[in-house]
Formats: sequence, C-alpha cells, structure tokens
Amino acid sequence: MMTTGADTIRIDGEEIPFTPGQTIMDAALAAGIYIPHLCHYPGLPPSGNCRLCVVEAGNRSVAACITAAAAGQEIRNDTPALNAARTAITQMLFVEGNHICPSCEKTGNCKLQAMAYHLGMLDDHFAQFYPHRELDASHPGILLDRSRCILCDLCVRASRDIDKKNVFAIAGRGTDAHLVVNTPSGKLADSTLAVTDLAATICPVGAILIKEKGFEVPIGQRIYDRQTIRETGLQEHVERKNGD
Amino acid sequence: MCCLYRFGSNPAILAGMMNRSNPLAHEHLLHRLHAIQQQFRHIPPHAMQQAASEFNIPLSQVAAVVAFYSFFSTQPRGRFDILFSNCTSCGYLSGEQDLLRMLCQRLQVTPGKTRADGLVSIGETSCIGMCDQGASLLVNGVPVTGLNADKIAQMVQLVTDGTPIQQWPAAWFETSDTVHRRDLLLTNRLTSGSALRKALLQGSDQTLTVIQQSGLRGRGGAGFDTGKKWQFCRAAPGSARYVVCNADEGEPGTFKDRLLLREYAGTLFEGMALCAFVIGAEKGFVYLRGEYRYLLPHLQIRLDQHREQGLLGKHILGQADFDFDIDIVVGAGAYICGEESALIESLEGKPGIPRIRPPFPVTHGYLGQPTVVNNVETFIAAAHITVHGSAWFKAAGSSTSAGSKILSVSGDCGKPGIYEYPFGVTIRQVLDDCGATDVQAVQIGGPAGTLLSPAEFGRVIAFDDTATGGSLLVFGQQRDLLAIHRNFAHFFAHESCGFCTPCRVGTQLLKNTLNNITDGRGTATDIGELQQLGRIVQHQSHCGLGHTAANHVLDGLQKFPHTFSRRLQPQFTARFDLDQALASARQVTHRDDAAAHLDNE
Ligand SMILES: Cc1cc2nc3c(=O)[nH]c(=O)nc-3n(C[C@H](O)[C@H](O)[C@H](O)COP(=O)(O)O)c2cc1C
Ligand code: SF4
Ligand code: SF4
Repeated sequence: MMTTGADTIRIDGEEIPFTPGQTIMDAALAAGIYIPHLCHYPGLPPSGNCRLCVVEAGNRSVAACITAAAAGQEIRNDTPALNAARTAITQMLFVEGNHICPSCEKTGNCKLQAMAYHLGMLDDHFAQFYPHRELDASHPGILLDRSRCILCDLCVRASRDIDKKNVFAIAGRGTDAHLVVNTPSGKLADSTLAVTDLAATICPVGAILIKEKGFEVPIGQRIYDRQTIRETGLQEHVERKNGD
Repeated sequence: MCCLYRFGSNPAILAGMMNRSNPLAHEHLLHRLHAIQQQFRHIPPHAMQQAASEFNIPLSQVAAVVAFYSFFSTQPRGRFDILFSNCTSCGYLSGEQDLLRMLCQRLQVTPGKTRADGLVSIGETSCIGMCDQGASLLVNGVPVTGLNADKIAQMVQLVTDGTPIQQWPAAWFETSDTVHRRDLLLTNRLTSGSALRKALLQGSDQTLTVIQQSGLRGRGGAGFDTGKKWQFCRAAPGSARYVVCNADEGEPGTFKDRLLLREYAGTLFEGMALCAFVIGAEKGFVYLRGEYRYLLPHLQIRLDQHREQGLLGKHILGQADFDFDIDIVVGAGAYICGEESALIESLEGKPGIPRIRPPFPVTHGYLGQPTVVNNVETFIAAAHITVHGSAWFKAAGSSTSAGSKILSVSGDCGKPGIYEYPFGVTIRQVLDDCGATDVQAVQIGGPAGTLLSPAEFGRVIAFDDTATGGSLLVFGQQRDLLAIHRNFAHFFAHESCGFCTPCRVGTQLLKNTLNNITDGRGTATDIGELQQLGRIVQHQSHCGLGHTAANHVLDGLQKFPHTFSRRLQPQFTARFDLDQALASARQVTHRDDAAAHLDNE
C-alpha cells in the first residue's frame, strides 16, 4: 500500500493535498473531487445538517464539510453503500416536505431535484408526510413557501454572515423545525430582506423564490438542464464582502 | 472551524445574562421564559419581544428557544397544566389502565389541547425520572407519583373545584428514594469540606494525579476518562474556565441523580469545587432538568450553606486565590440538552442543538472557553476519591471499570429503586436482588442503550461490556416488546432536535414503520426497511442521539425477531388505511355512523 504524505489525504485512493485548517470538503472540492452536499456552500461557514457529505474516514463516519482534513486520512466517498445512504437521505428530504417538481418554479434549478438525478433516485420510497407549513407571500419581491424548505440553514447563514441582516432562524424541534423570520410579525414584509440579498437567492430548493420571475428561463435551458450538480458543486463559491 | 454556533454568539451579551451586577442578575433566559409561562400560561408575542430587548438578543432567538423546549408554549395551557410521563416505567400505561385517557374523559379534555374554559390541559411528556414511584405526572411542573384510578378520580374533583395544587394532598407530592444496595459512594457520607481541605493541602497537581490514577471514568454514559478531561481543560488556553454539572438525567429509566441531588448535594458541590481548583475555574453551573425543578429550593439552600461554610464563594477555606461559585440553570423539557454541547448551547440561552465536535467542550465550551462537563455521580465520585485515595477506589470494580456504579432499576420487578454495585456485577445478580422473576428482556442504558435477552444475563456492567448511565429497565414475560419498541421510537422522534436529516426524518420513519406493524399493516419488507433505516440513522446522524436512536430496534430484530415477525401480514397489505384516512372528514362533519365508514371486510 502506498503511504500518504505529510500534507495529503487520500479520497477513494486518490492522493490530494490540503492546507491546515481545511476541511475534507474544502480539500476535495479544491482538488476537483465532488462530495455530494446540499447544506454546504463554499464561502459560508459549514453547518453539517444535511448529512449527504458523510464519508468514511478510517472506521468512522464523518461529515466532510465539518471535519478537518488530517495528514494521512484514508477516506471513502464514492462507494455503493454511501451513495445508497445518500439516496435514502434525499428521499427523506423529499417526503418530509411537499415537493411539487413538475409545477415548481424552481424545477431545473433545484439542487434537491438535481441531487436525486445525480444519485439515480427513482422514487420517493418512503410514505409522504404531507406537512402543513405556513406560506409567507407578504413581501413584495420575495415568496417564502416553507412547504419546500429542507432546513439547510443556508439562508440563515447568508443573511447573518454575508448580508449582515440576520433575517432568518430555524425554530422548533424534530419535524416541527421550521424557518422563522426575525420580525415581530414573523412576516417577511417587515424584514429588511432585499431581492438582491444572498439570503434571497441562495435557497437550493423552491422555498425562497423571487417574485415575478416565473419561468423566465424556459424549462430545458435551466441550470441542471445544462450541467450536473457535480459540476455546479465544484464551481460555486460565495465572495466575502469587505471586512470579512 | 468557524461555525461553532447556530446563532451568532456574543460573549459579552451572554456574560451579561449571568452577571450579578446586571439588573437581570440571577436571570437566565430560560428562567425568564419560565416565569412568563407561569404568569400567562403561555409565552405571548409581546413577552417574547420584551425578553429579546431585555437580553439584547434577536427576537428570532427567543422564538427559537420557545419553540424548542417542551415546557414552553405559544398557545395558552390550562390553569392546571397536566403532563403524564409516557415512560415505560413511570408512564400512564405502566399499570393496567390508561390513566391519561381516564383523566381526559372525566374532565372532557382532548389530549394535547387546552379545555375551552382554560381550566385544564392534559398532555404527555418524556420520562420524568419517577420510574420507581409508579405512574407519574407533572401538574404545573410538580411531580405527582403513585397514580392509580383512585387518585385520578380525586384529581378530577380537585381540578373541577379549582383547588390550588398547594392544597392538594401533600402525600401526593412526596417521592421516597429507596436505596436497596449501598457501596463505595452511598455507604458513608463525606464530612463537609473534607475533600476540599485535602485538596488544598496536597495542591492541585497532586489532586489531579490522584483522580487520574483512580481510573475514574464518566458516569453519564460515554465513560470518558475524568482525569484526562480535567487535564485537557486545565491545559487548554482560555480567558476563563468553567465547571458544568450535567444534571439533565433525561435517559428514560434513570433516576439516580434525583437521589444524589437530594441527599448528596453538598458532596456534589464539593466535587465541582475540586474540579474548579484543579482546572482554575471561578464559575460553575448545575444544569438541572426542568422535570426536577421541584428540587431547586432544596439545592439553593444547600448552596447557601456551602457558602456560609466557606466552601463556595470568595477565598474558599481562606485560600486567597481560590474563588468559585455555582449557579443553577433549570432546563425546560428537552432530552437532547443532556448531550454536553447541546447543554452548553442551552446554558448560553439558545436551543439545544449539538455543536460541531471537535472542538470539544474541554477546549471550546461555555462562551467558547475551556469547560469540564461531568455527570452528577462523577463529581461525587471525585470528591470521595480525593478523601480516600485512588487505591481505595480502584480496589472496587473491574480492570477496565474502577469503582462502583449507581443503578436506577425499574420496570417489572419487586423492588425498584437505587442499587449501587461495584463494576463487574452481572445482570443476573441485579435481577435477583431486585426481585425480578420471569424476565423476558432487560434494557440497559435506557432506550439509547442495549436490549439484552436472558441468554446475556451473565454479562456484566462495565464500560467494556454493558455500559449504562444508570438506567436498567426490566421487562417481564407478559410485556409486549413491540409496544416497548414503539414507545422508544416515539421517544426519539419526539426528542430529536431536528438539526440533521437522518435523525429528524429517520426517527419519524422508524416510528411510523413500528406503528404500522403494531396496527397489523406490516409486511415482510418492513423488517428489511427497519434494518436499513436503523443503520442510516445510526451512521449518518450528527450526534449521539441519532447514533443510538435505532439501537433498540436493531437489537430487537436480532435478539427477538419473533416480536416483529408474528405481527406481520402474510399477504399484500396496503400500508395506507383508507378508512383511517377519512377520520378527519368524519370529525369535521360530526359523523361516525356506518355509512361514514368504508366497508372494512
Ligand atoms: C442524547 C444524549 C443525552 C445525554 N444525556 C445525558 C444526561 O442526561 N446526563 C449525563 O450526565 N450525560 C448525558 N449524556 C452524555 C453527555 O454528553 C456527556 O458525555 C456527559 O455529561 C459527560 O460527563 P461524564 O464524563 O461525567 O459522564 C448524553 C449524551 C447524549 C448524546
Ligand atoms: S428556506 Fe431554503 S435556504 Fe432557507 S433553510 Fe429552507 S431550504 Fe434552506
Ligand atoms: S442526531 Fe438528532 S439530535 Fe443529534 S443533531 Fe441530528 S437531529 Fe439533532
């Protein structure tokens, strides 16, 4: 067996470099290795909630986005067992909310949908939960439909750390967990959220939508009609604003 | 790693929350919200805004905290707010009758709802730690134990008459701790101050060395080496250090800390002060589960006595540079807050979402500073070790597991209660001692632990065999194990913090699948389904709750396959019950006649 160098890790047998402070995810993406993820967005602090990026490091299962790369790590990522678990987790996210892909404005631009394609998911497998979740159409420019929220926390982090507005939070326990708006009314209209904010556009699914943009880009020419989630995942990055 | 906190954490504000010179002095966000809940029977929006501005935190943080903890509500609860424990030992189903339904019927209350006149609400809550006291409930937060049909009948009258609970029979609120077996820690009481005097005499290095040499490991479940933990914390850079006692005792079937807090609080505080002396902390917290709030006045008195004796506060035992004091923070109904990093989040006035680990609390704990979190029993053991020495401690127990373990034994046995044994005792011995005959199975370590079949009763209680935080549940032959699994699955689905997908959704799916099998709609595929789901929840989840939530199902499938298979349907069966699905339509139309039902042939 080959040995791994002082500042390298090995993912599925491929040796890649890392710099101290990088997570397994950081190192992998930098080296062009895709580890499936939904709640991670390079440039934002990682959260570790979706668990799609769980890999095996030695005999431990760890989330790549929140685990530091360490010299000599032997990591398994693209294995049938891990991809089966990822498919099951994606199915869980589908049945937990109300996902209406064919009629959703996000279709073709949706990461959950793209992840399902990437993993070869053919059905929901589990019984639907059909939750009742509040819709907030109060904002003139932005729609919040919690029915499709996957609780990825991206809008929360984007608003807090990039937009510096702290518009969102996740409240509640277990499957009661839900997105709340940081205003006395709890309504988006009373928040400072703007259409140009990162928090308004980062949503991976159709939970936060910009109004009056419906089907501007025709189906067939949308993001994941043109590329796979693997390709997007390797490219995207939030630019930090000044002072960060 | 940059993202330690789900909410931006502002140490200055958080420190202010605890600062005694602050007008909100003694107040913690959870305590403030508790007071509001008491006053209005819920937490109305204006009160949330008020709290947010008082504590100078985002309103969304207050809303998230209110939504997270079971004992807070945004809808008014009844003037008599009754929560039955749903534990397999102290729950409303532990006897012959369904006491919850009985009370609901007699008082005309829908479970989980508040009666229209606002007089009473009745619901259920996870184990309240009264497992040796019979069926139990909390009324306005105070435990009533030893429930039976008789008491329920009297309660109906008391509630209907609006009799304040202060005037309810005093005996109802008494809990008697029965210790059936005493060993190292429960035989002799330490003289107050003896551990601290010895520590001051020998110095902090030597005190730590003795703890390290004793082989003491954490008593809360995970069994981490206590001496190592203290040493890591002491060595970690930081501007302050903290000592936290985990008195959350949320694992169903565990009630040994309840005894320790009531009878040995002084030794606990001394153990915490010892730790403070070793690591150089000035501040400590006891995180007390909300279910044990009734112990608070007693604990406050014991704290005051300790201060008077010079064992807490400034210049402990006259030592110029040794200041240490303890605050008690009371939780509000969330099992996950027993997980040490969730506990710290809760201490910081946030929802109990487990942090990313590493970094561990020993380096980045409360307010990001080095923090030791130990179980109640661990601190008490440390005090005894300091007085009696490491050899005394190591003489008891087994090679991997030094000393003794205090067990809370409950379920189908003649003598439920507290048993202290040296590590290495067999399950069979415990069962003999507690008068358990005709045992079908034992659940050791609570629902998160291990299910043992009689073939395994020769196994021993030790860190390298069957480990337990203290819970030992006995199930007799007459018990339906499937009902037990269903109960446990409901527990985890209810207590999952909701942060990560596999646990948040997976625990619901496990619950639903077990419901299906129980209701006679399970088929052979459900067995494979449970196995697969169980493995995903176990391996892909973020924290210990998810890692252990499926253990009971996986154990059951392996050791008691018949429990599941005999309930399966031999032919194709719809997972979906059409008639059941129409229940809500029947409810809306106030119909329940034959024509409103499908033919269920
Ligand atoms: C879901 C969950 C619940 C826990 N509950 C408790 C508890 O109620 N009491 C406790 O002492 N430890 C509990 N723990 C373990 C703590 O995280 C931690 O390991 C312990 O408090 C450390 O103290 P010790 O080393 O003295 O055992 C829990 C862990 C998990 C994952
Ligand atoms: S609204 Fe969108 S970005 Fe925000 S938590 Fe939900 S899914 Fe994630
Ligand atoms: S495993 Fe469960 S309790 Fe732990 S973080 Fe995930 S959802 Fe929360």
